[in-house]
Amino acid sequence: MDSTKKLLNGDEAIAHAARVAGVNLGIGYPGTPSTEILETFSSLGGYAQWAPNEKVAAEVAIGAALAGGKAVVTMKHVGMNVAADPFFTAAYTGVKGSLVICAADDPGMASSQNEQDSRRYAVAAGLPMLEPADSQQCYDYFILATELSKRFGTPVILRLTTRVCHSKTIVSIGQFSEPGTPSYTKDAKSHVMVPAFARLAHVRLRKRLHDMEEWNVKEGPCTFLGSESAKQGVIATGISAMHAAEALPEARIMQPGMTYPLPMDKIKAFVESHEDNLVVEEGDPIVVETLLAAGMKVRGKKEAFRYGELNVARVKKLAAEDVTPDPAPAPGKPPQLCPGCPHRLTFQALHDLGCTVCGDIGCYTLGVLPPYEAMDTCVCMGASIGAALGMREVLPAEQAKKIVSVIGDSTFMHSGLTGLVDMVYNRPPHGHVVILLDNSTTAMTGLQEHPGTGRRLDHTETVRVDPAAVAKAIGVRVEEVDPLAMKDTLKDFIQEQLDKKDVCMIIMKRSCLLALKHLKDREKAQAEEKKN
Amino acid sequence: MKNINIVFAGLGGQGVLRASDITAEAAFLTGFDVKKAEVHGMSQRGGSVSSDVRFGAGIKSPMIPAGTADFLVLLDASQKEPNALSCHAGTVIIDPGVIKIEDLPNPKGLNVALLGYLSTKLPEIPEENWQKALENNFPEKLRESNVTAFQVGRQAAGK
Repeated sequence: MDSTKKLLNGDEAIAHAARVAGVNLGIGYPGTPSTEILETFSSLGGYAQWAPNEKVAAEVAIGAALAGGKAVVTMKHVGMNVAADPFFTAAYTGVKGSLVICAADDPGMASSQNEQDSRRYAVAAGLPMLEPADSQQCYDYFILATELSKRFGTPVILRLTTRVCHSKTIVSIGQFSEPGTPSYTKDAKSHVMVPAFARLAHVRLRKRLHDMEEWNVKEGPCTFLGSESAKQGVIATGISAMHAAEALPEARIMQPGMTYPLPMDKIKAFVESHEDNLVVEEGDPIVVETLLAAGMKVRGKKEAFRYGELNVARVKKLAAEDVTPDPAPAPGKPPQLCPGCPHRLTFQALHDLGCTVCGDIGCYTLGVLPPYEAMDTCVCMGASIGAALGMREVLPAEQAKKIVSVIGDSTFMHSGLTGLVDMVYNRPPHGHVVILLDNSTTAMTGLQEHPGTGRRLDHTETVRVDPAAVAKAIGVRVEEVDPLAMKDTLKDFIQEQLDKKDVCMIIMKRSCLLALKHLKDREKAQAEEKKN
Repeated sequence: MKNINIVFAGLGGQGVLRASDITAEAAFLTGFDVKKAEVHGMSQRGGSVSSDVRFGAGIKSPMIPAGTADFLVLLDASQKEPNALSCHAGTVIIDPGVIKIEDLPNPKGLNVALLGYLSTKLPEIPEENWQKALENNFPEKLRESNVTAFQVGRQAAGK
C-alpha cells in the first residue's frame, strides 16, 4: 500500500487512521486532550458530530456499531465516567461492526479536575484496551482496534494520555478508504439485555476476553527496545516506554501494546529471562499489581510516582527508588480570563455581592482566581446546580439565600438540564438562582459548537436548542440579559432575582470574543467562496 | 550527530506553538527524526506556554529532559526563570530583545523573526526547508510578512 510520511500529533494520527479504516461515524464531546481527533477527522472528510455529552455520544456510537457500521467515540478521561453506563453493557451486547472508544487521560492535570486512571474501566467493564506510545502507534493501534472490534465483536478502548495526544512524531499514513454501507440484521438475543439474555452475554464476555488474551500472547502488538542481552528488564506502557528507553539505556524494554487483557505468558517469559524486572506505568499501579498477583517477580514504583506525569528524569528516579522531591520550576504566569471576557462582569458582581458560588467546568472556572475569587465549588460537569441545591437544603436561611449556581452554555447542554428538573421538582425553601454564562461556544476546549450554538461540528447550520425555552418548559423563570449592557446595575439585578425566592435562571448572553472572531472569519471566507 | 533539544517559551497568544511547529517541520523536511511536545488547554488563556522540539538520528521521549536544552527561545523575557530547569551552563538562550520590533512588518511576527535568528545557529537545517515550513504553516495572505520577519531575524544574527 502506498504510504506518505507526516509529522502529526496523536489525535491527528488517529483521525487519519479513522479515514484509512473507513469509519462511518465519529462522535464525542470536546475535552482536552481528545478534542482534535474529531475536528481533524472532519477536516479530512470524515463524518463527525459533537454530542451533547459523552453518554449520548457513546450510545450513538454503540447504535452505529450494532447496525454494522464502523464507529469511533472520543472523550477525555472524565467523560468516561459520564459514558460508563452504556459502555458496561455494550461489553455484553458486543458489536456487529466496530467501535473504538478513544479515552484520553490527563496525568499531571494539565487541563482537568482529576487525574483518574481510565485503564480501570477496561478491567471493570471487560473491554479490551490498547495503549499507544507515540503517533505512529496511535495510527497503527486505531486500525488494529477497528479490526479486533469487528473480529471479536467487542468495543475496544484506545487509551491515550495528554503527551501522546499532543506530541508530534512522524507517522506513515496509508490511503483513505470511503466507509461502506452496513446492513441491519436482527439479533435480539445479543442486543436486548434482559436478565435471561444478559446472563448468557456475561459468560460470552469472559470467554471473549480469554480468547483475546490468547490472541495477544500469540499475535498482539508488542515493542521491544534496548539490548537483548540486558540484565535489567522493564515492562512499560504507553509513553512511559519512550521515557524508559531514554532513561535506562542499559535495560531491555518490553511495551505490550494491548494492556488489557495483558499477554501474561509473553510477559512471564520476558520476566524469567531478566535478573531484575521493573514495571513503569503512569498513574495507578495496575499492570504491576496484575503481574504480582500472577506470581511474577517484578517491582513497581514507589507511591510518589503515582502522581503526575512521568518523564525521563522521573523514570530514572523511579528505577532507583529515589523518592526525593522533584525540583520545582519557578512559577510561570497562570492562565486568566481573557481581557474583555464577558464572564468578568458576572464574577465581579458575584464577588461584590459576597455570594457563595457553586461553579462548573469551563473557562469560567478561572473565576476562582483573584481578583474575583468568586467560586466556592467545582466538581464535575453540571454539579454547579446539584451541589448548590444540596447546600441550600441544609444551610440556615441567611447562608442559603446567598447561594448561586454558575454554569456555561455547553456545560448546561451537557449536564445542566437534569439539574434544572431537580431544582423545580425539589424546590429549595428559598428558591434558587442559576446563572447561565452563555458565550455561544465551548470556549475552554478551543471554541467547539454545541446544541445551543445552532451549528454542527463542521460549523454548518442546524436547529438551535434554546436554553431559555427549555428552562421555561421545565418550569423555571428565565431572565435573559446582556451583561455588557447591564454594567453597574448587574449586581443589583442579581440580588433582585435572589430576593424573589423562586426558581430562576439568568442567562448572561454575550459571545466569547474569540468565538466571534472565528465566526466572522468563517463568514468572510464563505462570502469570498460565493463570489468566486 | 548529537540530538538537538530546543525549548520555546512565552505567553498564550504569542505564537509559541506555531514557532515550534515550524521548527519541527523544518527538521522533518530535512530528514531528521523529530518529536515535539507541549500541553494545550489552560495555557491558552494568556498563561505560560512552552513547547519542546527534539530532532536528530533517533528520538525517544518527546519531552526534553531537565538540564539538556541546547537552545531556549524566549518569546517573552519573563519566561526565562520558569524554564531554567531545562537549561545547563552551555544552553544558548535567545532573548526576544535580539529582534527590534520596529523592523518587523507586524509585531506579531516576533515568533518567526526569532526562528530566523535561531536558524543561523542550526546549520543542520538548510534555509530552504525553513522557507517550506513557513509556507506550510501560514495562509497565503500572511506569508509575505512572515518571510520578511524571518529575514529580519537572520539579519539580527548577522546573516
